[in-house]
Amino acid sequence: MPLLELRDVEARYGEVKALHGVTLSVDDGDFVAILGANGAGKTTTLRAISGMVKTTGQLSFEGARLFRRTPEAMARRGVAHVPEGRGTFATLSVLDNLRLGAWTQRGTSQRDLARVFEFFPLLYQRREQQAGTLSGGEQQMLALGRAMMAKPRLLLLDEPSLGLAPLVVREIFDALLRMNENGTTIVVVEQNATLALKAAKHAFVLETGRVVLGGVAADLRADESVRRSYLGY
Amino acid sequence: MTNFLQQIVSGLASGGIYGSLALAIVIIHRSTGVINFAQGEMATLSAFVCWTLLDHGWSFWPAFAATLILSFAGGVVIQQVLIRPLQGSPLLGVVILTIGLLIAINGLTTWIWGGAAKQFTGPFSTSPINVGGVAFSKQDIGVIAVSIIVVVLVGLLFTRTKLGLGLRAAAVNPVEARLVGVRVGAMLAVGWGLAAALGGVAGVMAAPSLFLEPNMMQTVLLYSFAAAVLGGMDSPVGAVVGGLVLGVLLNLAGTYIHWIGGELRLATALAVILGVLLLRPAGLFGHTAVRRV
Amino acid sequence: MKLLRRRLDGADQRSAGAGFAGAGAGFRRKLGALGLAIVVLAVLPIPLSEFRTVQLATVGAYFIAILGLDVLTGHSGQISLGHGAFIAVGAYTTAILMANHGVQDLWTIPIAAGVAGGIGLIAGVPALRLSGLYLALATFGIAVAFPTILKKFDHFTGGSTGITLFGKPTQTGHGVGVLGMTNNEWLYALTWTIAVFCFIVVWWLLGSRFGRSLRAIRDSELAAAASGINRSAYKVAAFGLSAAFAGVAGALLAINIAYVSPDTFPIQLSLFLLVGAVVGFFGSIWGAVLGALLILFLPDLVGLIPHVNTKQAGPTTLFFGLVLVVLMLVLPLVLRAGAAIANRGYPRAQ
Repeated sequence: MPLLELRDVEARYGEVKALHGVTLSVDDGDFVAILGANGAGKTTTLRAISGMVKTTGQLSFEGARLFRRTPEAMARRGVAHVPEGRGTFATLSVLDNLRLGAWTQRGTSQRDLARVFEFFPLLYQRREQQAGTLSGGEQQMLALGRAMMAKPRLLLLDEPSLGLAPLVVREIFDALLRMNENGTTIVVVEQNATLALKAAKHAFVLETGRVVLGGVAADLRADESVRRSYLGY
Repeated sequence: MTNFLQQIVSGLASGGIYGSLALAIVIIHRSTGVINFAQGEMATLSAFVCWTLLDHGWSFWPAFAATLILSFAGGVVIQQVLIRPLQGSPLLGVVILTIGLLIAINGLTTWIWGGAAKQFTGPFSTSPINVGGVAFSKQDIGVIAVSIIVVVLVGLLFTRTKLGLGLRAAAVNPVEARLVGVRVGAMLAVGWGLAAALGGVAGVMAAPSLFLEPNMMQTVLLYSFAAAVLGGMDSPVGAVVGGLVLGVLLNLAGTYIHWIGGELRLATALAVILGVLLLRPAGLFGHTAVRRV
Repeated sequence: MKLLRRRLDGADQRSAGAGFAGAGAGFRRKLGALGLAIVVLAVLPIPLSEFRTVQLATVGAYFIAILGLDVLTGHSGQISLGHGAFIAVGAYTTAILMANHGVQDLWTIPIAAGVAGGIGLIAGVPALRLSGLYLALATFGIAVAFPTILKKFDHFTGGSTGITLFGKPTQTGHGVGVLGMTNNEWLYALTWTIAVFCFIVVWWLLGSRFGRSLRAIRDSELAAAASGINRSAYKVAAFGLSAAFAGVAGALLAINIAYVSPDTFPIQLSLFLLVGAVVGFFGSIWGAVLGALLILFLPDLVGLIPHVNTKQAGPTTLFFGLVLVVLMLVLPLVLRAGAAIANRGYPRAQ
């Protein structure tokens, strides 16, 4: 039984339909990449999962069909959504940001904090600083660290590599792989298809709000159309 | 010199009141962008409630505590019933609603308690206390003490508790706060309750010296606006500091600048508001834009 | 709010033509309504008592002030909680000229408009730099502080005791009456003639390029700037215009009541004006009459409720506030319903 299942999910922003019937599933422990061009509906798909947009169609999490989802409720169910642009609390300190990650937990355990600092030593150095003063890469680490504090069942990331230097991106994805090894299910939306397909186990390709291709990441990497459209060769 | 010190102390006392109400205004503004014009009248209502309890034989501090709890509840109710339905509509509409609330509460207080000024016996005696040869009013010192304690408690709430963290998160980035599981709606309600309670503190502290009547806090509201603007509309620290600075400033200006005297206090506060908004909109501690883009 | 304005301006766009707001079939209907209103106004005093007549005269003054506020808030998007101050300026100009300089009351009216309007133009410049909420804050402060300023400059304004115009020879209607009317009828005629005149002026202005530019600015400053409209000039002009109207209202109030003092212009006046403007649906100048009527006759309406003693100020004020609160809660719902109804017969915009 998959951890997350979407069937014919549709979503609209006012008059504009963004998702025209998305069907995909994610198993427990999986690392899934969602690829597609700008405007294909990748971000909207994540928003549909975390409850930020209203949808029609079926969405099941941990086997249970979820109808009206709110972000707060999904967070309590163990879904951590790191939106595009990191979504850090800019005027709060790094430490406060991390503490907020543990909001759904029963208090902030020092052990959880220590684990985040072990993953990202830089955050420990900057723990009293305002989150908005961190560099892009550091903010992404902070966003990841905050997600870690929530001990999520499912981690959703929207464009984690956006605007970051290659070395920093590598660090981020290394951290993601470690998290996945420790059992966290990860769904990543990425424009950087090469990187995403290397890290992920499975992948889906979205075009104009629909899933047009899906399968094992290695297979997609070899696929002709994917190579031409998204990998550049 | 003696007079100077006395003016400073009494300025700090009024400043404590302005700061408390300004803090209430800033808390609501920070989390919702709304300027609650009814904050002063809500404070007056709190003061009247306290007076009624005292009139029924309650001793002061229990009455004060009960008033704060009732004020908190009132703030939550107002937010849930009147403000929440307007979430998402233009701010100006909400602000006009708070103006309606100002008028309505003013009418309500007049109706229930009448327009005549009432004597409000505060917890501090009005006899003077001698410090270093200078006579200070015990009441002033008491008000300063209460203001400091309240402000420190609120500060601790915001910085050291989980609730305070949630309140701050909801104010800074409500969308993201919901994603980590913070019930932003509940935080907003708590924010309004807290602001109402702070207003209650200001009202009860002001009542002994201002004479309790329905229009009591109208001028205080203007001073508190000036304090909030001076401190920076989004800075709680700024609100308190702004209040204290304004209180002292108004006293000193009134005493030493003859032309201002006692009659142009309001005009001076207005000048502060206009000056800050036009010359340095962020105030002393704020960082958000106040200007039209 | 935005939805409302687009609905009203739909009338502008559907019926082509410059000149008056809503020219076309709607125009003829509105002209007819105006004509009917004038006839009603002319005959209304006949069955009414003297007291009611002068009350209605006061309604007329408020109506003029609300018209100005409509232009400012409804059409140029700037909020003012301080227009009571401009009314006071107009009233005091009239009072001082009549009492101390022997000017006939009629002539003080344009002067009051000029003085208030001038101050409004000056005030409109710094107002440009304040966004909605902060402008509300600043104008609130002006309204609260203004009476104390009036009291301070007492050699000029007569201080707390104010200025009495009763019995002064500069009153036109005093004693003998004018043109066969009693004094109260004269006040009524004067006020409403000017009110109708102001209404036509505003109606024309709002339909003209001035009005369209204002609404363009209100709806999207960026788009307005892109089309080359000098936003600052228009907004300042709107401020000055609304202040001039308030000045006229103040002058008429001073003439009606024959007395001015700082305490007759408390913050409540500005706030009640706002209520009137909101009731008049912010920008609908036809609704301005409703607002003015509400301000004056709410005490009587409230008195209809059993167990409520309207001799006390409390219940009236309470209901005033409740009217505003309920209106603001209901408005978004009304607008949504109104938009749905209005759009039903029209093709959807692509």
